[in-house]
This record gives sequence, structure tokens and C-alpha cells, in this order.
Amino acid sequence: MTNIKLGAAPPGVEGAGFFATSLDKVIGLARANSLWPLPFATSCCGIEFMATMGADYDLARFGAERPSFSPRQSDMLLVMGTIAKKMAPVLKQVYTQMAEPRWVIAVGACASSGGIFDTYSVLQGIDEIIPVDVYVPGCPPRPEAILDGVMRLQEIVKNESLNRRNTPEYKALLEKYGIQTNNG
Amino acid sequence: MDKLNNEILFSRLKDRFPDTILNTDEPYGLFTIEVDKSHIIEVLEFLKKDEELQFIYLTDITAVHYPERDLSIGVVYHLHSFVNKLRIRLKVFINGGNPEIPSATVLWKGANWMERETYDFFGVRFLDHPDLNRILNMDDMEVFPMRKEYPLEDPNRVDKKDYFFGR
Amino acid sequence: MDDRINIMANPITKITNNTPVYTDNDPQEDLITLNLGPTHPATHGVFQNVLQMDGERIVSGVSTIGYIHRAFEKIAEHRPFYQITPLTDRLNYCSSPINNMGWHMTVEKLLQIEMPKRVDYMRVIIMELARITDHIICNGILGVDTGAFSGFLYLMHEREKIYEIYEEICGSRLTTNIGRIGGFERDFNERAFAKIRSFLKRFPAVLEEFAQLFDRNRIFIERTSGVAAVSPEKALEYSWSGPILRATGVDYDVRAQEPYSSYEDFDFDIPVGTNGDVYDRYMVRNEEMRQSMRIIEQALAKLEKEPKGIFHADVPEFYLPPKEKVYNNMEALIYHFKIVMGELETPKSEVYHAVEGANGELGFYLINDGGRSPYRLHFRRPSFINYAMYAPMSSGMLLSDAIINMSSLNVIAGELDA
Repeated sequence: MTNIKLGAAPPGVEGAGFFATSLDKVIGLARANSLWPLPFATSCCGIEFMATMGADYDLARFGAERPSFSPRQSDMLLVMGTIAKKMAPVLKQVYTQMAEPRWVIAVGACASSGGIFDTYSVLQGIDEIIPVDVYVPGCPPRPEAILDGVMRLQEIVKNESLNRRNTPEYKALLEKYGIQTNNG
Repeated sequence: MDKLNNEILFSRLKDRFPDTILNTDEPYGLFTIEVDKSHIIEVLEFLKKDEELQFIYLTDITAVHYPERDLSIGVVYHLHSFVNKLRIRLKVFINGGNPEIPSATVLWKGANWMERETYDFFGVRFLDHPDLNRILNMDDMEVFPMRKEYPLEDPNRVDKKDYFFGR
Repeated sequence: MDDRINIMANPITKITNNTPVYTDNDPQEDLITLNLGPTHPATHGVFQNVLQMDGERIVSGVSTIGYIHRAFEKIAEHRPFYQITPLTDRLNYCSSPINNMGWHMTVEKLLQIEMPKRVDYMRVIIMELARITDHIICNGILGVDTGAFSGFLYLMHEREKIYEIYEEICGSRLTTNIGRIGGFERDFNERAFAKIRSFLKRFPAVLEEFAQLFDRNRIFIERTSGVAAVSPEKALEYSWSGPILRATGVDYDVRAQEPYSSYEDFDFDIPVGTNGDVYDRYMVRNEEMRQSMRIIEQALAKLEKEPKGIFHADVPEFYLPPKEKVYNNMEALIYHFKIVMGELETPKSEVYHAVEGANGELGFYLINDGGRSPYRLHFRRPSFINYAMYAPMSSGMLLSDAIINMSSLNVIAGELDA
């Protein structure tokens, strides 16, 4: 007997050689299990990300096999490390270039809230410039914590509507940050 | 030939520059001299090029701000002589209102970024520096943040509630 | 600058059909401006190089840094001495114990505290383990940049073993805040020693396997040999230090020049290269890892001979007493209060102390005015000073060589910007 717990299949109709469920469940599953990260690693949390990507904690088994440094080809933006005010326009530009659907995880105390650096040169949390989905606390967070953050994001992704980008709340959110999209 | 130590170093400096060394001190074994701004490049050149002293390595250039003094900014040079296993510290105090000092880039190319950092933080203008711009802070910043009158935290924050910080 | 876009001043937030993305000039007659960074593939850290390129060859470049400037020196003027240790962690975060120990030794030099030999040897073990972690990252990432990913994976697993040793001693993996001013907060327990010994048994074989993948590998040698060769005179002009200076041929190592923490009791070699190119820097770092293991073995042997149980200097005025004593003993309570509230008598003087960090001479220049926090604390950061030569050095290089050069300089962004 194996002690591997299989994930629950979404509710649907099963038959000989087919399984029918609603489209958003399937797309949700597909998106959640193939999140390609954009590692925006600036400082110490970036080294913990390298440990997470390594063989011991292996982020790749969650579908993040291809860390892409191109914003156009990635789904989730992992902001790891302190974002200084000099770096903020760069982060905003990278986020704007990401194609929908896109999610943001703020890894570490510095990305979530400025961390221990309450100074004139550090941005006190990236949610001042871009919308954030998951915050992972820690300084730096253990790789297990980063994996937990990715798993929470997977739950969010599975249950999100397919048409999120056109909903008025989302548009208002991006409006609030001053991020313009042409609905791409 | 005696091994070079701080006394011999001091006597060599005094012979060569009889009246430019203003103060000397030896905190924790590191010989420290205070030099006037107009002679600093000569002293550095002597220390670097002399056959016996050979302080060929520029360890660091930085600055200190003493707002209550007349000459409020002190530029501090650390040099190192490998063959003699000796370090020396030179301090030059300059006027805080208009801090200017000749640049050491004529002697060491490594002084370039060290002086840019000192300019960025204290506003010290190094004359004849090839590229004196801000290096670490944002380019459009107008103040020199390491001076004592500037606060650590961002004064434009609106979301920090004084009540929670005991103010 | 005609119709070229200044990206940093006007970040593009909306792409439309009219957004200019090219000019009408003939590209083969113009130099291209390539913006390398600040978001970097290969996780080197955030620094930018704006390069003028003639095809694949770099004509000139300008480095801009400061994208992670966290104002450490300003923060340090507002924190008591023992709270500056977590700041020093985040300077070179790949080898944070070396920064911690360097800071503690600076303050001990200021306060003229004499350390027992056992504490010195324990510090040496931790610092050499930290040096190994930093060189693992540098050489592993150098392999990744040349296209060889497996070596990095094998070495990262060993890095996890070192993290377990740190966890056993101080509780945290990466930013360790290890030790106290005056020694350590607790003795190394038996499990920590067992882990160190098992690491020493395992790591040489893994390092040899990694070296076998790269040392005589034809592709690696063609990519790195002869690339970015630096003469020792030029390196000294630019105040280089650390493995990259030793790769050019100058055998300057702070551990040998001005021994601290009883390094004079140890017997180790200083590897030196010949032409200062990327291959030499890689070989010097590999050899330094082997020498570090030699030092750790000697330190373990020496620890056997020292009286057990001493893990801090006997300075109750500066070293926090154990909590049981604080609640039961009046003197301990008074010392605890004085240390935490900063009512200590510290000499009003200035001190400069240097340790051999993984990248070079890491110096701490502390000016104390007798108060709770330093009056001025300056970090002499090797990455910052080493990186200054990068832009002048890369003119005339191919772009791929410039990337390998940057990898081998081991620039850690936290230490670059501070």
C-alpha cells in the first residue's frame, strides 16, 4: 500500500475513457499545477529560493519546472528580497509586462512590508506598487514556507474565475495602482 | 634595517613633512595622522611611492560628520603596506558648508568608487574626479543622507501611526 | 539623447501601436545600447550595466548600482551594538557567519576583550564553513552560467548539510546572527560536532566529483581560460582583495597577514593563481574550499585539547548573563539591565578591524563616542570595491565573456549596496 495521497478529482461525470467536468475546473487545475515562476530575487530570500529550487526541496514538483526570466512567459512573480525605491519602477515595469493570468507572491518580510529596513531608501512593502496575492513571512522564510506559499497560491488559482481579468473589481484594483492594461 | 613600525613611520613622515602633520594618535595600534587638505595628495603619494614605506594598497576612503566642529566633515583614508604588514589612517578635516578636497584617483584607480560613495553620502566634492555622481542613492536625491541632520526613516510616510510607536 | 528612450525615468506602462521601439538608423552602422539588468537571469543580484555594443563585442559600459541600497550605515547609528549583528548578516548573505564574527571581533577589539582559545577555535570552524558555502554558490553559479546545471545541484545538497550545522548551533539557516559579542550564546552540543564530522567525511568526495566535471572539461576551459585576465598591478590599483586578487598572483590573505581569532595556530596554504582569468579564479576557490576543510579538521583536533564548556569570554559587563541567573541573582540582573539599556562604559575611540570574507577583505571601521550606538560605522565591503573594475574591464570583451566575468567576481548585491 502506498501512503501517497492522491488529489481529489473535481466533481464531474465519469465514463469509459472520459471524464467530463466544467471548463473552469479543468483550466483551474491546469493553471494551478503548471505555474511558471519569474524569480525576482534581489537579496537573501533569493538564496533561500535557490535552496527551494534545489534537489532537497524541489519547487519543480509543483509544476514550476521552468523558471522564466521573461515576464511574458511566466505566470507567477516571486518577489524575493528587499525592494528599494530605486528598484520600484523596474518591478512595476516587469509586472506590467506580464501577460494575464498573473499572480504575485511576496516572499519574505522585506517584500511584504519593508522588513527590518525602515529607512529612507527602502520601499515598505511591494503592495505599494503592485497587487499581491500571497505574502510569505520570514526573514528569510524556510523553503518549506515558500512551498507553502506556492501551495496557497495554487488553491487561489484553482478557485479563480476564468474571466478574472475582465471583472470590474480587478480592473478597479489595477486602476488603483495606476497599471494600465489593454486587456491582453 | 629595522622592521618598519609606527615610530619609524612617524619619524620618516616628520622628516619629509615637518609642518603638515597636525595630530597623531595610535588607537589600537593603527597609526593615525591628521593632515591638512592642501597637502593630502603629496602625503599619499609619498606613502605610496617611497621605497621603504610602500603603502601601495588603498583599503578604503570614507567620511565622518561632526556637526558641532568648525571643520565638520572628516575624510578618512586607510592605507596598507603589505611588505611591512602595517596600516595607516589619514584624516583630513574640511569645512562642512563647502566640502572640497583633491581626489585620490590620480594615485589609485580604486579611489573612484570609494569617493563617489563618500560624495553620495556626505556631499564631499572631490576635485578632478572623473565621474562624480551619486552611486548608491537615487539620482534625483537632493540631500546627503549620512549627515547627522537627516533622519533614518522616510519623512514622507503617511501610513505609520505614531500611536503604535509610542510617539 | 535623441529619440532613445530613458527607461528608468519613463517606465513604459502601456504598450500601444505608437510606442517607439526602434529607430530608423542602420543597425549595422550604429552601436547598440544593451541594458543588462537590474533584473538578472541567473540570480546574481540587482545591478545594472548599460553597455554600448558593436555586434557581440562590448565597446564601453556604465555600471549603475544601488538597487538594493538599504542604508546599513545609517541604521547602524541608531542601534545598540548587539542589534547590529543581524544587520551584518545581510551584507554578504551567502556567508553571513563571517560578517557576524567580524563585527563581534571589531567590538571586542574596541573593548579590549581577550578571547579564550576554545572560543577562537569554534569561531574558526564556523567561519570556514561559511567560506565553503560562499564558494559553493560562486562556483556552482559559474557552472550554471556556462551551461552546466548538474554541478550546482550536487553542491547545493552539501550546502543544506551546512545549513543543518548552523541550525544546530544558532537556530537559523541563512541569516544566522550567530554568536555574541564575547563568544557564543551556547556551547556546540554533541549533535553539532557529529554533524560537522559527518560533513567533513562527505564533502571531499562531492567536491572531487564537482571538480571532475569542470577542471579538465574542454568546454569549460574554452569558456573560461584566458577570459578577463588581470595583471596583479592592475588588481592592486583597483584595491581588489580576496580570491580574485589571489588568482592574479598576489598572495594577500588577511588570515595570514594579520591573524585574528587564533588563525596563527593553524597550518594552511593560500592558493594563488597565475594569470587572473576566470579559470584561475574558479581553481583558487576550489582549492580554498579544500584548505578550509583542512582548517576545520585541525580546529576539531585542537578543540579536543581545550578545557570543555567554555564558550564565551569572562566579561560580565558586556556578555549577557544566562536568564536563570538574571531572575535569581542581583548582579546578573544589574548587568543585564546595563547591557540592554546601553549604560556601558565603552572607550571613546575608533577601531578598524578586517577579516577575510569570502570575497575579500571585509573591514569594519567603528568610531565610538561612548553612547549606546556607534557614532559612525563604515563597512569596507569587498564586493563594492571589486566590482568597480567591471565596467573598464569589459570593454573589448564579447558579451558572453562579460557574463562569465561577472559570475566569477562573485558580486553579492547585499554587500555591493549596503
